This record gives sequence, C-alpha cells and structure tokens, in this order.
Amino acid sequence: MQQYQISTNPRRLRRFHGGIHLPDEKELSTGQPVAEAPLPRLLTIPLQQHIGAPAKPLVQVGAWVLKGQRIAEPQGYVSAPIHASSSGTVIAIEERPVPHPSGLSATCIVIKTNGLDEWARLPKPLDNYADLDPSIVRERIRWAGIVGLGGAAFPTSVKLNPGSNQPVRTLIVNGAECEPYITCDDMLMRERAGRIVQGVSIVLHLLGARECLIGIEDNKPQAIEAIRLAVAQSDIKESTQVCPIPTLYPSGGEKQLLRVLTGEEVPTNGIPAQIGILCQNVGSVAAVAEAVMEGRPLISRYVTLSGRGIAQPQNLEARIGTPIGELIRAAGGITGDVRKLVLGGPMMGFTLDSEQVPVTKATNCVLALSTEEAPDPAPALPCIRCGKCAEVCPANLLPQQMYWYARSKDLDKVQDYNLFDCIECGCCAQVCPSHIPLVQYYRYAKTESWAREQEKRDAEHARARHEAREARLERMEQERKAKLRKKKEALAKKPAAAKVGAPRDAKAAEDPKKALIEAARKRAAAKKAALSKEGVTPKNTNTLTPAQQRQIDAAEARRQPAEPTATAKED
Amino acid sequence: MLTAIVAFAALAAFFGLLLGYSAIRFHVEGDPVADQVDAVLPQTQCGQCGFPGCRPYADAVARDEAEINKCVPGGEAVVLVLADLLGKDPMPLEAGVEKPKALAVIDEKECIGCTLCLQACPVDAILGAAKQMHTVIADECTGCELCLPPCPVECIHMVPVGEDLGSWKWPFPATAPDAAIHPGAA
Repeated sequence: MQQYQISTNPRRLRRFHGGIHLPDEKELSTGQPVAEAPLPRLLTIPLQQHIGAPAKPLVQVGAWVLKGQRIAEPQGYVSAPIHASSSGTVIAIEERPVPHPSGLSATCIVIKTNGLDEWARLPKPLDNYADLDPSIVRERIRWAGIVGLGGAAFPTSVKLNPGSNQPVRTLIVNGAECEPYITCDDMLMRERAGRIVQGVSIVLHLLGARECLIGIEDNKPQAIEAIRLAVAQSDIKESTQVCPIPTLYPSGGEKQLLRVLTGEEVPTNGIPAQIGILCQNVGSVAAVAEAVMEGRPLISRYVTLSGRGIAQPQNLEARIGTPIGELIRAAGGITGDVRKLVLGGPMMGFTLDSEQVPVTKATNCVLALSTEEAPDPAPALPCIRCGKCAEVCPANLLPQQMYWYARSKDLDKVQDYNLFDCIECGCCAQVCPSHIPLVQYYRYAKTESWAREQEKRDAEHARARHEAREARLERMEQERKAKLRKKKEALAKKPAAAKVGAPRDAKAAEDPKKALIEAARKRAAAKKAALSKEGVTPKNTNTLTPAQQRQIDAAEARRQPAEPTATAKED
Repeated sequence: MLTAIVAFAALAAFFGLLLGYSAIRFHVEGDPVADQVDAVLPQTQCGQCGFPGCRPYADAVARDEAEINKCVPGGEAVVLVLADLLGKDPMPLEAGVEKPKALAVIDEKECIGCTLCLQACPVDAILGAAKQMHTVIADECTGCELCLPPCPVECIHMVPVGEDLGSWKWPFPATAPDAAIHPGAA
C-alpha cells in the first residue's frame, strides 16, 4: 500500500484504489474575496432541495414573508423545512424549472422581493449548547433546514442522529473539494474558519465522538492554514486534527476520504455510521454553527462561478432561490464562446438548459465552459477491453463488466457487479480511450433498476388486492349459495310442521295456494247462486250480435269436453 | 450371463423404487414455473394478453401454450425477463409499441352511479355506491382499462401519468458503440 508522508502531519494516510489527477483550475475563482450576490427581483425557491419528501408550503399566494421566515415545513422524518431568503410577497406557488438533469419542473414558492431584506424574528442562540440535551440542538438544526451542502443534500439532522446502536467515535469533516474548478468550500474555509470550527465543536458534542479529522486536499494551503489556526485557538484542539491529503480526484468522496484518513472501508450498501464514523461537509458544519450560535436558518450559501466563459470568475454568497442567470451577471456575465453551462463540477455536474433555474441548497458551482475546456465528446468507439477504467475506479469496481451488462439491459447482472457502489465520479469515462460515456450507462442502469423495483412493489400490491377481491367474490358467492340452501331447507320443513299444527284440512295444508283458489271459487259460486235466485243474471249477454253469439257458442262447445277432466283432477 | 441379468434387474428395480419414492416424497403442488412467470407479470389483470388475468396467462406460458410477448403493460422488460427465465429467444412485443402508463379518471360530473365499473375493476380501485358518484383511487389504479367498456355514459378516461423528479429516469445513452463482442463472452 502506497503511503504519503507529509512532514507537518503525523497521521499516517492511506490511499484509496484508483483515482486520477486532473488539472484543478481552482486559481481561476480564488482571486477575490467572496462577495454577496445582489438581491434578485424574484426568488424561486423549490420545495424539494433535499433527499426525502418534499416540504409542504405554509404560506399562500399573496402572503407577506420576512427573511428567514419558515415558508414550508418538512413532511416526514427524512425531509427539511424551507425558509424565505429575503422579505417580500409570495406571488406564486407553482411548477417552475428546477436544477435537475431532467430539465423538468417542480413546485416552487416564488417570492417577489421588496428590497428591504427585513428579517423575521429568529429563535434565540443556543450559546450554551454544551449544557443542553443533544435532541434540543438537533431540533434546532432540523428547524434551520440544514442539508448536506457537499452535493447530496441529505438532511443533516437525520444524519446526526445515527441511533444509540451505532455510536460514532470519529467525525470526519470534508474539506477535500476534489473536483476541478469548484472553490466554494476553499473560500469558506479561508474566510469562515472560526465558524467551521465552532460547528465541529457542536457536532462533536451532539455525537459524543472522541475525535475529529478535517481532511483538506493539499492544493489549498491557505484553507489548511486558516483552519489550523482556528482549531489551535479553539477548545477542541485536543481532539481535532487537520489533515492535508494528497490531491487526487475523487478524494472528496465520502468513502474515499474516509479510506484516506482512517484506512477503513465502508461496507457495500452501507453507511459510514456502521463503522462508527460520520462525515460532514465543511459547509454543512458552518451552517450548523450559524443555526445554533445565531439562530439563523440556511437561506444562503457560497457558490463558485467559474470557467473561461465567465468574465470575472469568483465565489458569491447567493440566496437560495436566486436565478443562476443573475449570479452570472453578478460575475460580469458571459464572455467569449461558451459551449455549455454546467451546474456542479465538470466531472459530476450536468448541463443546464436554462439560466432561469434557481440556486438551491445543493448548488455549489456554476460553470460556463468554453469549447476549448469542454470539447465535443468524440464519438464512442467499441470497447477494446484495455482495463484502464478498472485501474482508476475509486470504488474498486469493474466498470467494463458493468458497461457490458448495462448496455444489454441485464440489470440483475449489473447489480451483481455492485452497480450501487458506483459514486458516478466519472474517472472511468475520463480515461476511456474509446470515449464511451460509461457513467451514463451506470446512471441509466441505476434509475432503471429503481423503477423496476418500484414496479415490482406495485405489482405485488396489485396482486394482493386482486387476490383479496377474488377471495371476497368467492366468499360472497358461497354466502349466497348458503342462504339459498337454507331457504330451500326451511321450505321443505314447513309443510311437516303445518301437518302437526293444523291437521284439519289436509288438502289445503298441502298447498295453501290451491286452498285460496278453491275458497274464491266457492265464494263466487255462492254469490252467483244467490243472485240467480233473485232473478238477476249478468247483463253482458243481453244484447249480442249474431257473430258474438256464434263465438260464445263455439267457446262453450270447446269447453264442454274439457270440463269433466278438470273436475276429475280436482277430486 | 445369469448374474448379469439378475444384477441389471436388481439395479432396475432399485432405481425404479427410488424414482417412485422420490416422486411421492418430493412432490410439488402446483406449477413452480407458473409461479415464477406470474411473479414477473405486472399484475394489472387487464386481459390484454387474451387471458382472463395474469395468473391464467402465466399458466399458459408455463405450459408453453402462449408466447412470451403478449403482456402489453409489461412491455419489453417483461419479454426480456421471461426469455431469460424460460430460456427462450426474446421477441418483439406482439402489440408493437409500449403504451405509456395511464390512470383511469372518472369525470364526476357525468357519472350516473351505475356501479358497473366497480364490478369490472380487478383491484377494487374504484370507490362508489349505487346512484352515488364514483371515483378512482389513483394509488391503487393499475391502468388496466377494464372499467372503460362497461361505462354506459363513457365518463371514464385514461390520463397518462406525467414524469416528475421522482420517477424520471436517465435515458439509455444514445451513442451506443457497435461492438461485435457479446456481453460476457470473454
């Protein structure tokens, strides 16, 4: 195993598998101090800026909101609230384009700012956090809507609550920032080292962790110095160590940094908390300090604007919801020929179709890349099985095998090669001599696998409902049949009961209907006889035409032979 | 000569008994292949394959009485999985193109409350009572379209499910290089 010895750092560092050296392009945007981006006229704040359930709006269109006011509340445990990043009026809650590789829209709260930037009443600072119960501090972090600012945007309060069965002994603070161009964490460490160290102290208290390792790539000497100084002046200098690490992409990956600093491996499909380690980005830690020490929610962040297509590459502190276009204008606008706008770094970011999409909590970098910096990808050629991708893979996977199976849409097989351990860093595609867009295949395979899983769950659910319905129909049919049978049995039993109860008229008892007919007949005959005695005969045969008389005679003639049999039957 | 005959007869009797015993001892109720096929099918119970539900189609496929490309809602994915499962060659979908997933929606102004769709729904996804307005429970609807034909006032429509951030999928890379080597051949 290769080791790096750095004279000022007593800690023995390890090396993760693979990785590549890239031109870092960081000096482009570190020339000037971080300025605050101008207040935009409209703030478009998406309801989902984090992993988990989207937040639920607490305001309505037309509402007056203040800076720092909570405008959406979390739904469920893994979720985060959203705060207004300036004062103004809510003019719409509707679908707007959001920064996402799909270019799709999602629900956003649109605030028309009034320029006053008036603060809402904020909760009291928790200066004495060391004496407070960790759950109170965690609740404050949740209230502030803090999510992982390194890019994954996982709710920090959830991550800081790993459960009593997973005690955390080591906190790793990630200041590696390994992707080219991006310098927002670098600038944050230079300018707000004190805040970061304060945040580290709070998080250490929350977790009850013994030690903290702050990993920073050695291409950021100023940041390393600033953090070292801040640590030396703080009360956590005993437990905290600043570790400059060799510059090698992607050392800022959670598992890679963990490997470099501790030599441990995170189990496949697992999280670092399982081995007693927790990783936090420097930005998230600083946001934690602001929430706890100032009662300030997460409403702004440092964003790098860089690339040779930006007139004055720099870092800006941008309010969440600021349109990307406004930030670019604040950095002098676009210059020269720009081939594409990228959100995130050149390795893991995605192309932006619109300048209208807003800055979210996860937005760390906006790049305007010239044709020279981002040349058109050469057409993909057949894989020659050179194996370079496997050499550089920082997750120690077999990219080539995964590519074959992803290409043939054999999703089970890709997963057998641990597709879900892929961090999509892009090293394999970068070194591929055939220019195969490998990461695209893995992304396709991942989302397709998730969709299949979902379909499978839906199918299971539908099957259960269908079977329940079949069972219900079957049961109802059985019940109906049982009822019918009971009725029949009851009918069959009844005559026997009647015989015992009233044996007077056996014939009538046998068939009650027949008895009724018989009675009616007798009544009619008696009436007829009584009337004929009085000399009254029916008048309907008094005035008959000869034709009618003939018909009657014919009918009488027909009835004559039938009568004896009918009477015989009756007897 | 006689030893050989006796030996073979004894062997035949032994194996015969062994097979006979195994047939009884390891008897499997039902058709395990049909179960596996059924597990792959999307369970919409739509009958678009020509069978009255997913299970009957699974049984037919397991008995080799039906082709594997009849499941419309399952699409190409189901054909591929079935081909892999049954060791058959994948074939194009019988219906040709895959339909995007859609959900049934009842136009509540026009519904007369006849309950005919309630009886047609294979997964009890429609809620309503006689002479009362009906509605589809969107989370339970499988998009099978079985409620459409019985409706006397044609107030049920299929509304395609739009894509959102949660259901969006990365597309298959368009520039797939031509390679002669079959996956896993090397």
